[in-house]
Amino acid sequence: MGIRFILMVNKQGQTRLAQYYEWLTLEERRALEGEIVRKCLARNEQQCSFVEHRNYKIVYRRYASLFFLVGVDNDENELAILEFIHLLVETMDRHFGNVCELDIMFHLEKAHFMLEEMVMNGCIVETSKAQILTPVQLLEKTS
Amino acid sequence: MSGPSLMDSLFQRTLEDLIKGLRQQLIGEQAFISKALEEIRKEIKSTDLSTKSTALLKLCYLSNLHFHDMSFAAFHALEVLSSPRFSHKKIAYHAISLSFHDSTPVLLLITNHLRKDLTSTNEFEVSLSLQCLSRIANVDLARDLTPEVFTLLSSNKLYVRKRAVAVVLRVFEKYPDSVRVCFKRLVENLENYDPQILSAVVGVFSELACKDPRSYLPLAPEFYKILVDSKSNWISIKVLKIFAKLAPLEPRLANRVVEPICYLMRKTGAKSLLFECVRTVVTSFSEYESAVRLAVGKIREFMVDEDPNLKYLGLHALSIVASKHLWVVSENKEVVIKSLSDPDPNIKIESLRLVMAMVSEHNVAEISKVLVNYALKSDPLFCNEILGSILSTCSRNVYEIIVDFDWYVSLLGEMSRIPHCQMGEEIENQLVDIGLRVKDVRLELVRVARDLLIDPALLGNSFLHRVLSAAAWVSGEYVEFSRNPLELMEALLQPRTSLLPPSIMAIYIQSAFKVLVFCLHTCFVRGGSTAGVSASASYESFDDLSVENGAGSTVAHGQTCTSAPITNESIVNLLKLVELALSPLLGSHDVEVQERARNLLGFVDLIKLEALNSSGQEENDSEQKGVEATKIIRMVHDAFSKELGPVSLSAQGKVPVPDGLTLNENLGDLETICSDIELPSSNTFSFGYPSEEKDVSSFSNLQIKEDSGQSNESTSLLAEHRKRHGLYYLPSGKSEVISNDYPPANDPALQGDNNDTASDLVKLTAESLVPKRKPNHSKPRPVVVKLDEADEKPVAVKHPESRDDSLSGAVLDILFGSEDILPTSSRSNLPSSNRKGKEKQHMITQVESKENVVGDGNSSSRRRKDHSHGKERRHRKKNAEERNETDRKEKESSSNHPRRQKSRQRAEEPLKVPPQTSVIPDFLL
Repeated sequence: MGIRFILMVNKQGQTRLAQYYEWLTLEERRALEGEIVRKCLARNEQQCSFVEHRNYKIVYRRYASLFFLVGVDNDENELAILEFIHLLVETMDRHFGNVCELDIMFHLEKAHFMLEEMVMNGCIVETSKAQILTPVQLLEKTS
Repeated sequence: MSGPSLMDSLFQRTLEDLIKGLRQQLIGEQAFISKALEEIRKEIKSTDLSTKSTALLKLCYLSNLHFHDMSFAAFHALEVLSSPRFSHKKIAYHAISLSFHDSTPVLLLITNHLRKDLTSTNEFEVSLSLQCLSRIANVDLARDLTPEVFTLLSSNKLYVRKRAVAVVLRVFEKYPDSVRVCFKRLVENLENYDPQILSAVVGVFSELACKDPRSYLPLAPEFYKILVDSKSNWISIKVLKIFAKLAPLEPRLANRVVEPICYLMRKTGAKSLLFECVRTVVTSFSEYESAVRLAVGKIREFMVDEDPNLKYLGLHALSIVASKHLWVVSENKEVVIKSLSDPDPNIKIESLRLVMAMVSEHNVAEISKVLVNYALKSDPLFCNEILGSILSTCSRNVYEIIVDFDWYVSLLGEMSRIPHCQMGEEIENQLVDIGLRVKDVRLELVRVARDLLIDPALLGNSFLHRVLSAAAWVSGEYVEFSRNPLELMEALLQPRTSLLPPSIMAIYIQSAFKVLVFCLHTCFVRGGSTAGVSASASYESFDDLSVENGAGSTVAHGQTCTSAPITNESIVNLLKLVELALSPLLGSHDVEVQERARNLLGFVDLIKLEALNSSGQEENDSEQKGVEATKIIRMVHDAFSKELGPVSLSAQGKVPVPDGLTLNENLGDLETICSDIELPSSNTFSFGYPSEEKDVSSFSNLQIKEDSGQSNESTSLLAEHRKRHGLYYLPSGKSEVISNDYPPANDPALQGDNNDTASDLVKLTAESLVPKRKPNHSKPRPVVVKLDEADEKPVAVKHPESRDDSLSGAVLDILFGSEDILPTSSRSNLPSSNRKGKEKQHMITQVESKENVVGDGNSSSRRRKDHSHGKERRHRKKNAEERNETDRKEKESSSNHPRRQKSRQRAEEPLKVPPQTSVIPDFLL
């Protein structure tokens, strides 16, 4: 499993989206998110985007008020994950038009759906924005 | 309340309402949420699926972002799942993916839902159910749904097929037998040209290869082809990961792959792919000089980049190279040392690891000095990081790189005085360990211990207590090296020791006991007896240490006598001091402290009588008593002066079991006997009351007993050490190779750059890394005691997880010719109620007929695996020879290789030798 979890957290440390690819109990999740948020949000722009945590790595990137944090196995390619985060943001941007924290808050299930299009079982399965968005848009039309 | 009314449904709050409501609650969010949960609980019981699904959606939101349990809705999620509407289904699948896990009770009920959707004509429904399966599949689900996944693996809808490929990973992991069914199709997908499919398949294989690379060696030609042809960086990265695992297993493969990787490294513009190439080369192709040089060039570019990400990764890659090619680190040392003062703590840690990798016996002193200065200036976290890595590097392999132990011991003392130091435990261990192992250093050790003990300020720092406990132990145990035992005694009994925790207090008291006995012995037995010459002679006779130490300790001893002559008067004062300091401890709540204080006071009372006698009435009076006292002192001293040596962990095992002793006998009855004995034995320790008359012999017996009891404490200290340090013999040649174990990473931060120290370091390492083999030490390295037998650490018997094992076994089966008979149990595992059962049977036979039936029964048994590898290798060799021939004949360009390799693989199969014995597959469930 390459990707273990994807988190979106705002500046205040509130989780805006959490997607796990392995089962964790609520308590474990709460603890994990707390630790990670404390670790990553304290870092500044001049510091690198990789943090070692427990037995894996966190690759994170900040867009405006939102932090995108991806937990990956140690031998995962950090730069590729950064590219993946960027792709995710671009995709959401294309869909929502100038995406912001509120878009994700109010369309959480859509954001999840997009993620599901991109990542499956911790592996990245789709990297084309058009391909990712087709089913999302289709769904929007039908409902 | 049963279900909600129609009105409730009509005016149900949507998710959007919920979120808006939540945003308006500045305080009282919890109350709002619990109210919402109340509503959800009601709504979710509704018979109207829209109401139900909206409730479920809201619940998902609260569970996902506010950590509210949603397990109560598991069954409702299933109900929504059965809705014909896609939007409902989607919500239900989302909820299930979020909340279901292996022990969810209703998991059993989902199988048929999933099966229905997996065979649906709507590709989005199929995709949803596959997505869900990838999250929640357990053994049963994986087994029951294998046929459906198998069908979807060759679906003509790419959208579905790539998902089916991705889900296979989970299915294999949960139910290894499914490999027999699906693997062939998975491999077929490797030959697909669609990048979507390829990306998914390669992703799956890179995960599989991580767990057990050997099984996937036969697929190397396919991977090679993808590596050469791939246009997608993502796919290339994944294939490189696979090759990083495969190449070390098969040198010929490495030979072949290294060129394309270097080519990729030169031409690619993508940093991620470039870094992956670099990492692959430095981890798995480190013996290819030119490739490593190329990679190192790239690493340098990374390290000097402005981007902290690239800098970090560059340093990280460098630390991978460092284990095999130290020259690379020395070539780049300026950058590394400059990074030590980077604003990013993670980068600092990486560079610290690299600096430690450069340490050798020639530069250890200089580097440590500079690093300790760094530590003084840096923040607590990084400071301890530095100290920790110095400690672990220096103690590696029984202090392999330390030549000058006097220096190291004083460094330990210096380190413990650094304000942020929290490495007390490690320093404690090393101080005691060195004391035991290195005789020559004891003089210095005692000096360092004294300096620590005598400083009252240190007692206030709780991080230092462990160090102080070691210092106390050392000064008690090796008191004969002390210049001034009286001063030591005062240090051990100073009032501020009350700040110590009881366990360390106990060590202090015990050490004070030893020092006291030493003083008394010097005064009465040795000093009292007669003049200097004979004294030193008798000293040497009883103290075997000094015999071996020669000059050093006798000088020290001489100083003892000159600097602080122990007179009767001083002894009297000493005894008074002991009484004064320890009497309050008689009421201590800690048993250990109380008991030891009592022991010591008892002893003092006994001796005091004699000492006062001898001082007051001169020697002529009560000769008898004086003699008795000396006797006692001598006995106790002898008991203490027995040297403690390191003992091997396995020493106990070497004691032969005497004949007639059954070790396994049940000793349960002993307990009752022991409880009888307990009382009288505790009575015998009443010698704390000195007024009682005792005959000397019984007393000294007790004393010895007591001593042995207390030395248990120190032996347990020792045992702890022995456990920590494996005791090995040093290789006689001083090894230059720096081992690659790094101290664990934490995250610290260092402020203030110090360019002067940095340049110092550069210079030092520059000097030290030039391979000058001339030892620049005037002093020879002292003997470090090691035990004969290396304590073989119990080799952790690796039990590969049975599941993985059976997985790779199954993979091997498929790849190396499959069995002609499908294991019956796996057939019987198929659900009989399965309406597609027949179809599945059919499919299986198809698969088998497609596979080359060679009658090779080597199903996954562990013993047979090696066998099959061997066979495989032989084939490869043969094929390689063939290929070489064709190479010479055809001289084709590299892009044509894959085809040839594939034909090679085809040719490989008929070569298979049928096995001699049939083996029962051991992975059947």
